[in-house]
Amino acid sequence: MNTYSLMFAGVGGQGSLLIAELTSLAAVSAGFDVKQTEVHGVSQRGGSVETHVRFGEKVHSPIVTPGEANAVIGLEKLEALRFAHYVDAKDGTILVNDYELIPGSVANAEKIYPHESIEYLKSKGLRVIALPASKTARELGDGRMANVVLLGALSTLLPIPQEIWNKTLKLRIPARFLEGNLKAYQAGREMMS
Amino acid sequence: MREFLLGNEAIARGAWEAGVKFVSGYPGTPSTEIIETLATRFPETNPRWSANEKVAFEEGMGAAIGGLRVLVTMKHVGLNVAADAFMVFPYAGTNGGFVVISADDPGMHSSQNEQDNRYLARVGKVPVLEPSDAQECHDFIIAGMELSEQFRTPVMLRTTTRLAHHKGLVEVGERKEVEQKEFVRDAKRFSVPIYRLARRPEVEKTLNALAEYAETCPFNRVEHSNPSTRFASGQASIGVVTSGIAYQYVKEVMPEAGVLRLGMTFPLPAKMLREFCSKYETVYVIEEGEAFIEEYMRNLGIVNVKGKELFGVIGEYSPGRLRKTLGLGDPPKPFTEEVNLIPRPPMLCVGCGHRTVFAALKQLKVTVSGDIGCYTMGALPPYEAEHTTFCMGASIGVAVGLEQAGHKDTVAIIGDSTFIHSGIPPLIDAVYNKSHLTLVILDNSATGMTGSQPNASSGKDVLGQEAPRLDLEAFCRATGVGSVEVVDTWQRKEIVNTLRRAIAYKGPSVVIARGPCQQLPEIKRRKVIPFAVEEELCTKCDACFKVWCPAITRTEQNYPVIAANECTSCTVCAQVCPTDAIKLAEAVA
Repeated sequence: MNTYSLMFAGVGGQGSLLIAELTSLAAVSAGFDVKQTEVHGVSQRGGSVETHVRFGEKVHSPIVTPGEANAVIGLEKLEALRFAHYVDAKDGTILVNDYELIPGSVANAEKIYPHESIEYLKSKGLRVIALPASKTARELGDGRMANVVLLGALSTLLPIPQEIWNKTLKLRIPARFLEGNLKAYQAGREMMS
Repeated sequence: MREFLLGNEAIARGAWEAGVKFVSGYPGTPSTEIIETLATRFPETNPRWSANEKVAFEEGMGAAIGGLRVLVTMKHVGLNVAADAFMVFPYAGTNGGFVVISADDPGMHSSQNEQDNRYLARVGKVPVLEPSDAQECHDFIIAGMELSEQFRTPVMLRTTTRLAHHKGLVEVGERKEVEQKEFVRDAKRFSVPIYRLARRPEVEKTLNALAEYAETCPFNRVEHSNPSTRFASGQASIGVVTSGIAYQYVKEVMPEAGVLRLGMTFPLPAKMLREFCSKYETVYVIEEGEAFIEEYMRNLGIVNVKGKELFGVIGEYSPGRLRKTLGLGDPPKPFTEEVNLIPRPPMLCVGCGHRTVFAALKQLKVTVSGDIGCYTMGALPPYEAEHTTFCMGASIGVAVGLEQAGHKDTVAIIGDSTFIHSGIPPLIDAVYNKSHLTLVILDNSATGMTGSQPNASSGKDVLGQEAPRLDLEAFCRATGVGSVEVVDTWQRKEIVNTLRRAIAYKGPSVVIARGPCQQLPEIKRRKVIPFAVEEELCTKCDACFKVWCPAITRTEQNYPVIAANECTSCTVCAQVCPTDAIKLAEAVA
């Protein structure tokens, strides 16, 4: 098989690294060779975070090249737009949480924020799926689970069986958060059906 | 058994398996996770955070001549601090295995310069190993210990950011205990300055033996050299000499190319290189950083080499960059032409105690010489209250120099960890040379920027156990500083007043702005009663926005609102509110 390349984009604190890690571990369980790397700036929090995951029979580079990602997973609209060029324009998918986090430290950020990013990317002919992940997560009791809603949606695009995803979530999510996260994961899957 | 490990975790695991019994280092991106992993998973390796890299290296050197296997970790610029010891150790040679990690940062993700430490190794005559994935990070540590003992030499393992900070599958093993070697008092070997002339030829002898070894070292290997391989960019048959993570990019982008993969990059295998290059019309040298291998090849008289003139010396390599250079395709660019991809610049954390200090420095309009830590962000908007930053500990010396150049309004700022690391000699010097230095120590009891590791001012060690806490104020007084004041870092007015007094003081003065780092686990765990805005009292004057706290945003009606789950209850916004509209959440109607 070909190597699968995934780009996870979000804001520090949103949990994009966690779902990238869960994806990597699921791919390991499914028997693939896997590499993962993250890039973030000097800030501990609030900055833009990108995590690259690649899996397949044999993976060399941990870095995803722009234009080759099977999926770009954006936990926030601006960050999805920032990394949208990583998607394979022909066959790839951009999954984006329909949610805006206005950068706090930029003057007039509210005014200059690109609110129409989803429409813009669609107009470029890209396959963009906007999902109400934050809204759904809040309805399930905790907005922070938006990342796992997106993970559920992503899982439908990857050659990893459902039971491995469930097993990985159970292994990695602390017991007291597990039930909510399994629901969030399931909600994400259903959004894609 | 296979584990999915970060390059740095694989190094830690390898060190544990190799029977390492002493580990020292100073936090620095991208090396920090090595000691963190050892502390949490493999404490029997006896890890510690040292005061700085020179101290770490010297402690390691002592432990190694004392007969233990030793790992010392640092980022690339850390080796500059340790260089004094690093350069002289090969004259004595080691007893137990000794590997130093130099974590280089091409692309300067979290560093002030790009620096290829293979050159430092060449100056010091220390052999260099360069792994290319997480598995090799693990394997090369174990091999490095053996190499070190076989040739009685310190060994450098050079990683780069992408190697240290990527995860891959690693076949791991068990720990093998290694018997401690005997330490025999031997001044002729271990008192280098006295016996240097006798030691000098030994260094060359070892280096020659290592160069011989490089020819058969299993980490230097030729892979399916197929001279008929052709590329779109040119019609010549092409071979590639590569090292480190760049090897992975070569395999990705040019899977059919003949490759000489160098896992040991100093000393280099001259015969092997000559023979490989003789089989190809053109040889690309693809190495992250400087033209280290390439220059050596050119010096050997190999002429069919193309390297940095094509691939460049600046920044990180990537498969996309190689493809573009080789004419194999130009990856798409970000959508910046038609849309405004506004940045998310780095920010100080919610509740960070540095914020009030920068606000005060800005208000006082002084020249600020800064140092290395999260507080380098004080140079950025909205504060723009830091005017020089160079390297660890430089704030104090630079302030003393600026004073000599007539800029008497200069204030130096330094964090507690950086002060301990390299601020102490310059403070002693400032007092001795009668400076009127004003120094602010931002004391958050942690090495914040690298993830809030403990240091000598924390009261805790790397294992989380209690440790003696350095008394910073007593220490500063002992150097002869006449005015030492401690202030709560979240008290805005008090900070301004204390700074005014310190600047006016005739003689060296120190202000310690104290308050814990908000990323410390015990601070993150504590229960916080957040602040909230009582809209009826709020006049929308925006004073609270000028605190620049990321937890404060606007409602649709333009009132400030404080994110309850982010607020650390630092009180600074409440202090600036002229109408007392910001109160503890439970008091807001």
